[in-house]
Amino acid sequence: MYKYIIKRILIAIPVIIGITIIDFIIMNLAGNPLEMIQGARVSQEALEVKRVVLGLDKPIYIQYVIWLKELLRGNLGYSIRSYQSVSQMIRSSIGPTLLLMGASLVVSLIIAVPAGIYSAVHQYSKGDYTIVTLSFLGTSIPGFFLALIFIYIFTVKLNWLPSSGMSTLGTETSIVDIIKHMVMPVMVLSASLAGTNIRYIRSAMLEILQKDYLRTARAKGIGRFRVIYKHGFRNALISVVTVIGMHITLLFGSTIIIEQVFSWPGLGLMTMNAIINRDYPVIMGVCLITAIVVLLTNLITDILYAWIDPTIQFK
Amino acid sequence: MIKRKIDKKEMNYRYQNRSWERFKRHKLALAGLVFLIVMSLLALLAPWIAPYDPNEVAGGFSKAPSLQFIFGTDQVGRDVFSRLLHGTRISLLVGLAATAVSTVIGVILGLISGYFGGWVDMVIMRFTDMVMSFPYILLVLVSAAIFGPGLLNIILILGFVDWPGVARLVRGNVLAIRENNFIKADLVAGLPGKYILFSEILPNTIAPILIYATSVVAISILDEAALSFLGMGIQPPQASLGNMLNGAQSLSVLTSKPWLWIPTGSLIVLLVISINFIGDALRDAFDPSGN
Repeated sequence: MYKYIIKRILIAIPVIIGITIIDFIIMNLAGNPLEMIQGARVSQEALEVKRVVLGLDKPIYIQYVIWLKELLRGNLGYSIRSYQSVSQMIRSSIGPTLLLMGASLVVSLIIAVPAGIYSAVHQYSKGDYTIVTLSFLGTSIPGFFLALIFIYIFTVKLNWLPSSGMSTLGTETSIVDIIKHMVMPVMVLSASLAGTNIRYIRSAMLEILQKDYLRTARAKGIGRFRVIYKHGFRNALISVVTVIGMHITLLFGSTIIIEQVFSWPGLGLMTMNAIINRDYPVIMGVCLITAIVVLLTNLITDILYAWIDPTIQFK
Repeated sequence: MIKRKIDKKEMNYRYQNRSWERFKRHKLALAGLVFLIVMSLLALLAPWIAPYDPNEVAGGFSKAPSLQFIFGTDQVGRDVFSRLLHGTRISLLVGLAATAVSTVIGVILGLISGYFGGWVDMVIMRFTDMVMSFPYILLVLVSAAIFGPGLLNIILILGFVDWPGVARLVRGNVLAIRENNFIKADLVAGLPGKYILFSEILPNTIAPILIYATSVVAISILDEAALSFLGMGIQPPQASLGNMLNGAQSLSVLTSKPWLWIPTGSLIVLLVISINFIGDALRDAFDPSGN
């Protein structure tokens, strides 16, 4: 068990180093920071001085090592536009994004778990077909289009929910206000996530419902609910845990787009602004942090998986 | 009982027939297939059947649907119906071409990784892990910002970012197939590696690749739409289903000109859901464990 965990961590180390290398290469591909400060009023000598100050006169691998050293100290560089420190910018905007992602993950599971189990238990029934069709609709609808529909219905027509930002301007921030602002983005994000999860839980449950130990449980006469919940779903849960890690990447991607539509003041909105402004230190800082977070999530789910499932082989 | 030698051709025929029988059971997939064929034909023939030039001003600004313009006109007076046809053409092209690029890359890397194993496998799989750790949309957005938007770039970017899934799938299949006796027989017989890889292993993993590819087509169409919606994809005046929705970010379009965004968005949903239904039915049809 410990051997397995140590092995997984050892595998993750070269991957993290690789991620920093990819990130550094992309940042260099993106262009020279000097080009961005170039202008009529900047003299050639000043540029040369800046070049030395930024360490751009050194060979590329030395630049990488310097960058990596700074990275270990928590310095992700500075924004070209606002001159703020990138780590500071990420720290101040990651909260709203995590709030949105966490809520969407929870809501999607609240929808998907009962729906998936119902679908599997009543396979080929009308309810099953409806749920599966709806789950396909959830994964097939572009998030931004669903967001537009929601804004049209709930903001424009019914005037129930606010469509932009995290809190109403000019009022004191209250939890109720934030929740009101969260409803639509969370609904949009959890729709596609629930769509995938429903089909995943359904097939995991279907597989388990055919197992011998479930037949035994039924034969014992312990009641339908306990058979399905205690013996069925608990085992299906193991496979669900493993896909959560994969979902984090997808969820983060859709969050970037949805934050844009709802002007949600999170990492996605900040990143999109950076992309439009070609503010590469910010973009690459975000890329790096998210990639490492995703990798760590996968590592944790793998370990969790090994821990939950006693039958897994630690090869 | 009459024993009959079944030749390979007939075996194939029977297999395909049975798969088709199973595919047909999925009514929604059949409907999706019909819809997709009709839309592909309309998209292919767009230059001849579109009533107006998609990029030319044809009438007044933002005119509501009428007999003359069945889906109305957009903010600069272009015919929405003609733009829808041309936009579908672009969206389907991006979906198919990006999938072709990513599938080729993924299949090659997966085959190499699974067949050779050892350190080659180790290097390719760790590289796959790295690419998979970056959020997909973020990589696409950053690449679009670096290499610039545009049709060819979008196809290449989507293709070059989305191969890890295929690579992992192919690798897994190769590992499983390699354990079969017919491959061991090939090895014992001393057949060349190239033959075993391309004539024995690859054909046996075509079905899962195709099934996976259908979902990649769907995802690529969605991503093109999202990218163009954000203004980082296909650039106007060229129409794509995504950039046609770009205008709906303004509140006046959203509230009072529904013909500018509802038909376009619904078309994306219908195209993508059709492809997803077909993929699901294919999975069922080619699943060897099914009955």
